[in-house]
Amino acid sequence: MNIIVCIKQVPNTTDVRIDPTTNTLIREGVESVINPFDAYAIEEAVRLKERCGGKVTVITMGPPQAETALREAISLGCDEAVLVSDRKFAGSDTWATSYTLSAAIKKIGAFDIILCGKQASDGDTAQVGPGISAHLDIPQVTYVKKIIEISEKTAKVERMMEEGYDVVETPLPCLFTVVKEINTPRLPSIRGLMKAKSAKPLKWTAEDIGAVPGLLGLDGSPTRVVKIFTPAPRKGGEMLKGDTSDISKELVELLKDIVTG
Amino acid sequence: MDHFLTEQQTMIRDLARQIADEKIKPVAAHYDETEEFAWPIMKILADSDLFGVYIPEQYGGLGGGIMDMCLVTEELSRACGGIALGYAGTGLGTLPILLHGSEEQKKRFLPDIAKGKRLAAFCLTEAEAGSDAGSIKTTARKEGDKYILNGTKQWITNAGEAEIYTVIALTDKAKGIRGASAFVVEKGTKGMEFGKKEKKMGIRASATREVIFTDCEVPAANLLSKEGMGFIIAMKTLDTSRPGVAAQAVGIAQGALDHALAYSRTRVQFGQPISSFQAIQHMLADMGTQVEAARTLAYAVARMADSGAKSFSKESAMAKLFAGDVAMKVTTDAVQIFGGYGYMREYPVEKFMRDAKITQIYEGTAQIQRNVIAGHMIKESLKK
Repeated sequence: MNIIVCIKQVPNTTDVRIDPTTNTLIREGVESVINPFDAYAIEEAVRLKERCGGKVTVITMGPPQAETALREAISLGCDEAVLVSDRKFAGSDTWATSYTLSAAIKKIGAFDIILCGKQASDGDTAQVGPGISAHLDIPQVTYVKKIIEISEKTAKVERMMEEGYDVVETPLPCLFTVVKEINTPRLPSIRGLMKAKSAKPLKWTAEDIGAVPGLLGLDGSPTRVVKIFTPAPRKGGEMLKGDTSDISKELVELLKDIVTG
Repeated sequence: MDHFLTEQQTMIRDLARQIADEKIKPVAAHYDETEEFAWPIMKILADSDLFGVYIPEQYGGLGGGIMDMCLVTEELSRACGGIALGYAGTGLGTLPILLHGSEEQKKRFLPDIAKGKRLAAFCLTEAEAGSDAGSIKTTARKEGDKYILNGTKQWITNAGEAEIYTVIALTDKAKGIRGASAFVVEKGTKGMEFGKKEKKMGIRASATREVIFTDCEVPAANLLSKEGMGFIIAMKTLDTSRPGVAAQAVGIAQGALDHALAYSRTRVQFGQPISSFQAIQHMLADMGTQVEAARTLAYAVARMADSGAKSFSKESAMAKLFAGDVAMKVTTDAVQIFGGYGYMREYPVEKFMRDAKITQIYEGTAQIQRNVIAGHMIKESLKK
């Protein structure tokens, strides 16, 4: 079984601050890590390999330093790694990113399953995974919390919903985005760390993946960021004081005002 | 302090530290309270390859030495000295095979140990043979192509949990300790049973039980080296393992110091953090210095053992003696810095104090270490 995992290197969100004047993320001095949700995708890919045999290829689109994230993925059990990196990708929105990744995946060749984290902790869009499946014209199941059965041609999975879960059966190849309930990621092994150290991830440019230039980076991104702002902090609530029955009546009147405007 | 670790050793230390911080710290109090054996942690250590760091590559290990074993033991002990002992006790049980096993025996036993599939244990102590290890009474009588073992080993670390036991028994009672031999006995061998689980002061996550042999038949192929080598094997094993006990002591001391330092910065009395008082600062300075000195000595001796030095018995005893005493002192002072909170089981430091005590006792008491050290010093002076 050929499994592909898409990951993203993100700033460590336990320590993210916004520059109040430019309203952008302060990236200086912030450690980069594998997007936490992608760690579950990596673990599930490695478990699928252990369950069914095959190979796990990890792929990321990003600057050259994203190679660190790929090496970490290898230390956790991925077999091969691909870094898709080109200045032409700068400014990609989720549409351009998923187009680029889908082009790279086509170059990797035959695959049975693509796994992604449900969303990235920096952008929080949850659009790139589904975008890849659309560009590749394969089915997708998002928010997967369990892979119940898997064969050469089909998979049956549990898809997390707000109350309970759906059981979805899908033909393969298919793309799954996974939630943190799916597994507990392992720690690396010494052999894995040694393998990661000597690994040589493939490095592909826009030309290597045969991407159409107009569909890449800022030019290929229909999204326009009109304004980014930090919302004003909420004012403190109003405290009602007095006898319980009196303040309940007062509260009802206040709520009526809000509802009726 | 920079101890000039190799790249692989740095990797090993960092991974052991990550496991200690993320996996052991959250469960240390649980296992201390329940006295259960921490199998889930052993599984994590096995998957991480750490059981194989000191085993040669041809037997499935990573090809490091005692230094690598010490690094892992120290880091795990920072989080829990008891859980760390499941690992270190396996090292102790493995050393006789590593040091004196035949090629066939190494091939048979070491790969599973390196993978963490099977734990090991070392059986020397008996009820009346503690410091006086030469007084063991367990016998091994040869009958055809097997030995028949009879006797009871006491306070055996990993007993019941381990699957590979190296046992010292008398093959020739008339010769006394020169008639001792070493055997590998596998769990499940008929005539091998385990006594009750001991209730201990500290290292409570570690399993300590009797191992009882009643007409236990062990294949002659499991004899290590040859008959009569048992005591020599035991002594060489202890010389080699003592830097590991020192590393455990250093880890326990460091763990307690980490807690004490963090607490002293947040605990406010007389309107300021207690770390601003010189009385506390001097305690912290002494604790830090002692821990670093113990670590440096332990590493130096571990490297001496790995260098192929013929004898390092004196140095190994020094490292174990010093680190054990440091662990007791530093953990006691950590409780002192925590004050009344330190005495409460809700806070982590009293456990470190309970765990530290054993490092002054097992694998040779502090007094026996002094005997060994002085004995070597006097012998060396006579040669001059």
